Amino acid sequence: MSKDIRIKKGLDIRLIGQAEEATESAIISNSYTIRPEDFHSIIPKLVAKEGTHVKAGETLFFNKDNEAMKFVSPVSGEITEIQRGPRRRIDAIKITADKAQAFLDHGKFDLNSDAEKTKAHLLASGCWAFIKQRPYDVIAKADSTPKAIFVSGYASAPLAANLDYTLAGKEAELQAAVTALSKFTEGGVHISVGAKSSSPLANLQNAITHKVSGPHPSGNVGTLINKVNPVNKGETVWTVNAQDLVIIGELLLTGKFNAERIIALAGSSVKKPRYFKTKLGAEIATMVYDNGVEKDSNARFISGNVLSGKQVQPDGNLDYYSNVISVIPEGDDYEFFGWNKPVFNKVSTSRALTFSWLTPKKKFELNTNTNGEHRAFVTTGTYEEVFPLDIYPMQILKACMYKDLDEMEALGMYEVAPEDFALTEFVCVSKQPHQKIIREGLDLMLKEIG
Amino acid sequence: MGLKNNLHNFKEKNKDKKWIPGFNALFTFLYMPNETTHNGTHIKAADDLKRTMNTVIMALVPCLIFGMFNAGYQHYLAQGLIESANGFLGASFWTLDNLVVGLWKVLPLVIVSYGVGLAVEFVFAIIKGHEVEEGYLVTGMLVPLIVPVDIPLWMLSVAVIFGVVIGKEVFGGTGMNILNPALTIRAFLFFAYPTWMSGDKVWIHGAVERDQMIAAGQNVDAISGETILGTLAQGKEVAYSVWDMFCGIIPGSVGETSTLLILVGAVFLIFAKIGSWRIMLSSVVGALVMGLIFNGLVSAEVITEGSKFYGLMSTEFWHHLLIGGFAFGTVFMATDPVTASQTNKGKWIYGFLIGFLSIMIRVFNPAYPEGVMLAILLMNVFAPTIDHYVVQGNVKKRMKRLKAKTA
Repeated sequence: MSKDIRIKKGLDIRLIGQAEEATESAIISNSYTIRPEDFHSIIPKLVAKEGTHVKAGETLFFNKDNEAMKFVSPVSGEITEIQRGPRRRIDAIKITADKAQAFLDHGKFDLNSDAEKTKAHLLASGCWAFIKQRPYDVIAKADSTPKAIFVSGYASAPLAANLDYTLAGKEAELQAAVTALSKFTEGGVHISVGAKSSSPLANLQNAITHKVSGPHPSGNVGTLINKVNPVNKGETVWTVNAQDLVIIGELLLTGKFNAERIIALAGSSVKKPRYFKTKLGAEIATMVYDNGVEKDSNARFISGNVLSGKQVQPDGNLDYYSNVISVIPEGDDYEFFGWNKPVFNKVSTSRALTFSWLTPKKKFELNTNTNGEHRAFVTTGTYEEVFPLDIYPMQILKACMYKDLDEMEALGMYEVAPEDFALTEFVCVSKQPHQKIIREGLDLMLKEIG
Repeated sequence: MGLKNNLHNFKEKNKDKKWIPGFNALFTFLYMPNETTHNGTHIKAADDLKRTMNTVIMALVPCLIFGMFNAGYQHYLAQGLIESANGFLGASFWTLDNLVVGLWKVLPLVIVSYGVGLAVEFVFAIIKGHEVEEGYLVTGMLVPLIVPVDIPLWMLSVAVIFGVVIGKEVFGGTGMNILNPALTIRAFLFFAYPTWMSGDKVWIHGAVERDQMIAAGQNVDAISGETILGTLAQGKEVAYSVWDMFCGIIPGSVGETSTLLILVGAVFLIFAKIGSWRIMLSSVVGALVMGLIFNGLVSAEVITEGSKFYGLMSTEFWHHLLIGGFAFGTVFMATDPVTASQTNKGKWIYGFLIGFLSIMIRVFNPAYPEGVMLAILLMNVFAPTIDHYVVQGNVKKRMKRLKAKTA
C-alpha cells in the first residue's frame, strides 16, 4: 500500500539561517509557560492552583468537555502564576521549575493492550494533546474513530528542523508510539519520509511509509492526507507531529512524561543557527541570545516556522507543538518606490520585475514587511501554482469569508487545515490572511456542524 | 530620510481624519508602506497589486507611444501632406511632426482618463473609508487607447464617471466588478455617442472638423479614413497590405492598431506571469475557428458575392487577428483577472468563446463592426457561470469519493 508521492505544485522558499546540525543543551529555563490557546477549541478546567507543586507529567488542567483528557506539566515545579484574560479565560500557566526534576510515574505500558486501554492511558497521561484530528484541525475527539492516522516525517517548510537529525536514535520511542497508535485505526498509520532521507521513521513496524519529494508543502501532513486518503464528510483522520511521537513513545516505555525535545533555532537574525535540547514551554530567552540574536535588535521571534508559526515576545516561550524557533528581521520601514523598482532581494513567483527566478538556489533574507497593502482578491491562477491539493483555494477562501457552510463543505473544508494555505498566503498579491480565514471558517463549521 | 519621516509623522498624526486614504494613496506611491505581518505567514512574497498593475501599464506603453505617432501620421497622410510610410520603420512615420500631433491629441485623453477616474476612486475611498485601490491604474491607461483620437474630452469624462461608478464601485470596487471597467466605458461611449465612435471620420484627427468647415461653406477638401473593418463591412476593397495591418499604420482607435506591439506586450505579460496565456491562446484559437467556418461557408458558396456578409466572411480567417481591436482586446481586456474566469479550466472555455463570438459579431453586425468589445462584455457576464460548472466538477468528484466509500 505504500505509495511514493511526488508533487510539482509548491514553492521552496530558501532563507538564510538554516540551523547547522549541532546540538547544544539550552540553559535550563527557570520558568515554563503553558498556554491553553495552543490547544485550539479546548476549554480548560484548572486542577492545579497557584502555589501548588506539580511533578513533570502531573495534570495542570483537563478538557471541560471530556474530563478524562488531561493536560500535564512539562516539568516539576511550583505554579507561580496563572494569567487570566477577559472573562477569566486562562491565558497562561507559569511554572517555576525545580532544580532537581521529579517525574510522575504513569507506569510502564503494555504495548499489547487493546485500543480502549491505550486510549485511556494516553488521555490520562497528557499525551492525547499531541493527537490532532481533521476535520477542523483540533485535538482529536476521544470518542472518534479515525479512518487512518498520518505522520509527516519530512519537514519541507522554510528553515524547518531536519527531522532526520532531531529524531535520530529515537527509533524505540517512535516504534512504541506508532504501535500504540496503530490500534486505533484500521486504515493504518501512514508516515511520510523524504525521498532521499535516512529517517529513523523509515523502517517502523505497523506503519505504512510513503516517500515524498517535491517542493514545499510536500512535507505537510495535509498534502500526505490529500494524496493518500482524503477526508470525506463524516470521516475523521488523526495526525501527530513526528517529534511528538517521541514523547508519546517514551511515556509508553518508561511511564515518564518527558517533555524534552530537540529544536532548531534558525533565521537570518541568528548569528549561529543551530539545534538545542530543551523542553516544551521553555523560555526562548534561554536559547536566542547566546551566539544568536543581538539584544534589543528589531527582530521577530516566532515559535514555529516562518509560514505558520506564532509570534512570541523575546521573553515568551516555546509553544506546545513547535520544534523550531525562527528569528527574522522586522520589516517595519518604508521602502522608496518599493512597488515598482526591480526587486532582487525578495522571493516572488512572478517575473514582474522581480528576479528571484534568475537565482533559484540563492538564499534570501526576508523580513516581516507585507510588501504591499491588503486588497480584495484580484489576481487568479497564482494560488494554484503553489497549492498541490485537489481543492480550489480561492473559491474555498471566499466561501469561508461569506460563511456559506454548504459551499465550504462541498469544496473540501473537511480536508484542510490553516497551514495548508500558508503558501497561498505567502504569494497572495492582495495580502489576504488566508490561514486566519481558514481557521475562522473551520471554527464556524465546528460550532455549527460539530 | 527627512521626507520619509515627515510623511510618516503626518500620517500618524492624521490617522483618524476622513481624507487620510487620499493621502495614503499618494504616500504609498512614493514609499511602500511599513506594514508588517501579524501571525499567519510572517514573510510575504514581493508582489503586490501596485506592482501587478504597473506591469500591465508597462506592457501598454509601446502601444501608447505608437498610437501617438500614428495619430499624427494618419492626420497628415489623409491630407496628402506626407508620403505613405512603407512598413513599420517607414521614414514618414516616426517623425517629430507626427509625434507633436499625437502628444497634442492623445495626452489630453490620458490626462482626462486618469484625472477623472482617479478622482472618482478617491471620492469613493474616502466615503467608504478604505484605501484607494489600484484597479483604475490599468483602466485609466486602457481607456485612451481604445477610443477614437478626436473624441471630445467631456464625453470621455462622462463615460469614465459612468464606467467607474456603475461598472465598478456599485459592486464594491476593485476585485468585485462583473464587467471590465474599461470596456464598460467604451460601451457607454459607443451607445451614447455613436457618431463619435464609428463611421469614416472619427478615426483621423481633423476629419470631423473638416466636415464642419465644409458644411459651413468653406472651400476645403474633405478627409476621411475608414477602418479596415468598416471597409470590409461595406464590401469594399481594402487599401492596406497585411504588413501594414500587422504593423498598425492604419486608422483605428488610438492604441489598438499595432498587432506587432500588442504581441510584444503579450509576450511581456505572459513572461511576467501577469497575463493569462490560457485566455490569450484560447481566444486566438476561437477566432481562427470561427474565421475558418466563415471561410468554409464562402468557399461552399453558401454565401455569395452579393450577400452583405460577403466582405467580412471572405476575409481570410487569420486576417481577423490583425484587424480591428481583436488583438488588443484579447491581450489586455479579456485577461483582466477580476472579470475573466478564475479557474484555469474555465479560462480555456472563456477565452475560446471570446474569440469565437468576436468574429461572429464582427461578421453579422456590420453596423457595429467591432465585435471584440461586445464579446468580452458578454463573456464577462458568463464567466462566473463557467467557473461554477468547473468548480462543480471538483465538488462532484468529492461526492463520488464519498459515495464509493459508503457504498
